[in-house]
Amino acid sequence: MENKLKVLVAKPGLDGHDRGAKIVAMALRDAGMEVIYTGLRQSPEEIVKAASQENVDIIGLSILSGAHLKLCERIQKLMKESDIEDKPVLIGGIIPAKDVEKLKEMGIQEVFGPGVPLKEIVEKVKEAVK
Amino acid sequence: MISEREVAKTLSLIEKDPLKAKEIVSKYPERDYFVVGITGSPGSGKSTMTDKLAEMFAIEKDVAIIAVDPTSAFTGGAFLGDRIRMRRSVKRYNIFIRSMASRGAVGGLSPGIYDAVEFLGRAGYDIIFVETVGVGQSETDIVNLADLVLLVLAPGTGDDVQMLKAGIMEIGDIYVVNKKDLDESQKLLANIKATLKLGGIERDIISTNSITGENIDQLRDIVQGHLTVLSQTEKLEENRKDRYKFNLLNTLFSILRTRYSKTEDLEKIISLYTNEEGENNESKEN
Repeated sequence: MENKLKVLVAKPGLDGHDRGAKIVAMALRDAGMEVIYTGLRQSPEEIVKAASQENVDIIGLSILSGAHLKLCERIQKLMKESDIEDKPVLIGGIIPAKDVEKLKEMGIQEVFGPGVPLKEIVEKVKEAVK
Repeated sequence: MISEREVAKTLSLIEKDPLKAKEIVSKYPERDYFVVGITGSPGSGKSTMTDKLAEMFAIEKDVAIIAVDPTSAFTGGAFLGDRIRMRRSVKRYNIFIRSMASRGAVGGLSPGIYDAVEFLGRAGYDIIFVETVGVGQSETDIVNLADLVLLVLAPGTGDDVQMLKAGIMEIGDIYVVNKKDLDESQKLLANIKATLKLGGIERDIISTNSITGENIDQLRDIVQGHLTVLSQTEKLEENRKDRYKFNLLNTLFSILRTRYSKTEDLEKIISLYTNEEGENNESKEN
């Protein structure tokens, strides 16, 4: 009857800055989506577990620590093990240009740097689920 | 027991379509299970308490949590943040947690929640905690859903003697006054005790600190006591029958809401209903 997009917004790793993740979560909420926010300092295991239990349509990660390659690799691996590798993963944060290609090769659908308009993120999330 | 992943996927189907949900649920055999509702004002410590209680019960039982947060009436979106306070449960005992948005349902509960709870029960979970904020005028829905309701209150969240008139204060089987470390907490405890006494109502009431875990052991024992009484009487069976009735009502409302949200359609339904009533009355007169 109702088909709402369910999004997991998570912050893996040790950086403690979640303003960005919260702002994106609010923008997605205001676009009519159901956003599950898991809070700071989550392990890849916790994130994948939440995505699986909640059966979300898409996963958004916010990483500002510089550990994006390691964290994404681990998350992708766990997603495969949990049989949810079909869920698109988008990431946002401080990502050096040279790593963007690597992340995409790994299977990350979109990489957002600072200054991307919220509208664009909302659109990309909708597209990614289609 | 079916796999956790399968449970998660099935819940999504249940949430999507209440009619199909009943079909899905009926494929699993009936089973005894308890529904424990945890409600109270925002910020009173419900999620943390649910986490702690669930963890204790999970030592011996299979436990699931459904955490309901409100859907925006304006955008239809929702921000579901209860998992933040429930990290221990998932980590240590692999408790199944599911967040649900209220999706504009009356009474502050999600339209698919009755089927979701029944499904989890049949899928093998022994105790299902449902955590929800009482919002709107008829926050008493949790009473229809749960076998036992814990009302969590904390000082400074607006729950004063005023709240005793508002309705939500009438729904608790167990009153939990949280944030024991705050001075006002003891005052609130005394206030509630006095008001209950005035009304001649006898209820369990306990003062806790859900972060440090103070008195949570005692709360667990009180909850267990209620559950034991329930399982030894006909009450559990009665509750399940009632729950089914409210499930149907809830489904009916959500169908009406989605299919006939135009004014003309609603007018048609009302005139159909009132005409039928009129005919019935006439035939009685004859």
